[in-house]
Amino acid sequence: MAGGPGNVILEVRNLVKHFHLGGGFLGREPAVVKAVDNVSFEIRRGETLGLVGESGCGKTTTGRCVLQLERPTSGEVMFEGKDLTRLSEAELRPVRRRIQVIFQDPYSSLNPRMTVGQIIAEPLAVHDIVPDRAARAARVLELLSLAGLLPAMARRYPHELSGGQRQRVGIARALAMEPGLIICDEPVSALDVSIQAQIINLLEDLQANLGLTFLFVAHDLSVVRHISDRVAVMYLGRIVEITDRKSLYDDPKHPYTKALLSAVPIPDPEIEARREHIVLGGEVPSPLKPPSGCVFHPRCPIAIDRCRTEVPDLREVTPGHRAACILA
Amino acid sequence: MDVLLDVKDLQTQFTTSGGVVRAVDGVSWDVKPGETVALVGESGCGKSVSALSVMRLVAAPAGRIVGGQILFKGHDLLAVSEEEMRKIRGREIGMVFQEPMTSLNPVLSVGRQLTETVEIHLGMSPARSRARAIELLTLVGVSDPERRLSQYPHQFSGGMRQRMMIAMALSCDPPLVLADEPTTALDVTIQAQILELMKGLSRRLGVAMLMITHNLGVVARYADRVNVMYAGKIVERGTAREIYANPRHPYTRGLLRSVPRLDEPRRSKLEPIPGQPPDLSRMPGGCSFAPRCAYAVEHCRAEAPRLESVGADHLASCWLANELDRAPQHAAAVPR
Repeated sequence: MAGGPGNVILEVRNLVKHFHLGGGFLGREPAVVKAVDNVSFEIRRGETLGLVGESGCGKTTTGRCVLQLERPTSGEVMFEGKDLTRLSEAELRPVRRRIQVIFQDPYSSLNPRMTVGQIIAEPLAVHDIVPDRAARAARVLELLSLAGLLPAMARRYPHELSGGQRQRVGIARALAMEPGLIICDEPVSALDVSIQAQIINLLEDLQANLGLTFLFVAHDLSVVRHISDRVAVMYLGRIVEITDRKSLYDDPKHPYTKALLSAVPIPDPEIEARREHIVLGGEVPSPLKPPSGCVFHPRCPIAIDRCRTEVPDLREVTPGHRAACILA
Repeated sequence: MDVLLDVKDLQTQFTTSGGVVRAVDGVSWDVKPGETVALVGESGCGKSVSALSVMRLVAAPAGRIVGGQILFKGHDLLAVSEEEMRKIRGREIGMVFQEPMTSLNPVLSVGRQLTETVEIHLGMSPARSRARAIELLTLVGVSDPERRLSQYPHQFSGGMRQRMMIAMALSCDPPLVLADEPTTALDVTIQAQILELMKGLSRRLGVAMLMITHNLGVVARYADRVNVMYAGKIVERGTAREIYANPRHPYTRGLLRSVPRLDEPRRSKLEPIPGQPPDLSRMPGGCSFAPRCAYAVEHCRAEAPRLESVGADHLASCWLANELDRAPQHAAAVPR
């Protein structure tokens, strides 16, 4: 990272997103899914915050709330000094330019009827970033080259490209807006392993050269460790642990984080044979009926009676290392 | 019997508008009773088509098995009638697929899907088959199996559906189960549960397993022997320990180096394999990995290497397999 992390670019405070599901008929309680339940974190300019967790933990919804694609139920999203939750749709338009997204499946996010060149040029024209046609064509080639694509790609259609090439197009399009923050939502999980490494290296090079800031949402703990400066682990809508990369992976405090790390198989049979595996029982409970007390207690290998009733705070266990576990 | 399933020189092709795709191009591998063998590779390498070919489920008319033998307990499955084949599927060879929701019948109850197999294959009475279904669900760790029998697949979670698939695959006590990416669609803690379950059951029941996956970690944890596939061919084969400790094909090396590992210090850069797999309908001459290979020499582009012994129980198809550690590397000049 060029020059180390700078000032805070994004601060999320007490973010809550509830989805109301029908119900309420004949006086019955309407069902509420607490998709994101009191989540707070910050990202400094030039750094990567990894957001990990299993499906349904709220990591993608958190990303969408940052973008205001979902309006949060409560809480603040401070981006470059403005609280985005208070802005109207019109006021959000210029902000959306500053926050870009790279999606998991680039194919469904690229217009199949447009050439790669048109896909990248469109936002440049719409947002009046490069109004002049010739200059725009030159900028498209520059962006393609930044994303590691040959100029000839500009004339191709998305269906002619491989998965890795499509993801590069998605990256070039995001870069076109010169964003302050890029939300990467599972950007490599649909790609083959040999191609994953190409895209991860590209994202890292771009960050170093252009000073980009990433919110990296993913479920693959090895990939998150590689790319992130700090990591937040989510479970059932809450952050259960957040700290810098090294502390999280070398000294995890939350039993869920420990189980997640243990569940990742290591590509070495000798190590796997020696390694102790924590296999969690049960499954993630329904967010419609989250457990009482600590939401992790029904699956927790070390839970005690107090965990059933007491909701643990995300407290600082060691300097800079926060975990939501009374036993941490 | 020392070999349960012996696949010899299997060739499966698909005819597409873009030409003939040799999805499986002269591949040989075997599975011995009770062992877990992995077919590992990236999308399009032919690993799933290999398994479908064994079951004779390659979609015709586009897909055809054009050559080779599939010897199961000594009988060539390519020579038996369709009727006999139906008796083998499910009874002799079970299957577990990646996405259980698309391979379960949404309008049949879980119980019916479990009892149907044993009634058809083993001629069990409804009462006995119901008892067997309860026994199977208990075996795969589904709690409250009697109540679960009357439920439908959509009422099961992803992990529970995969448990049900495993129960179905094991229902007739087959000696062999083919598992195609059985945990790829699952979360990591559920993946760990399912893999532990499969490993435990295969040991306890003595079931041999062919595990098809792209995940090198899963292979390392569960497989006894490994076949690495690339562009329709096996490029390396050996015991799991040998393949990981001493990979002799540049593709295997590249795969192992390209993944970040939790047990190693974080590297500042990952080492990807440059370029991308070839278009199977327009294969280059010579070694199909040569365009992406850092070791490739002139000869590699002219003549395709054969899978040859490079050590005890270890084969690789690379001209430089015995000198990779000394061979000079160069940046492969592949356009992206």
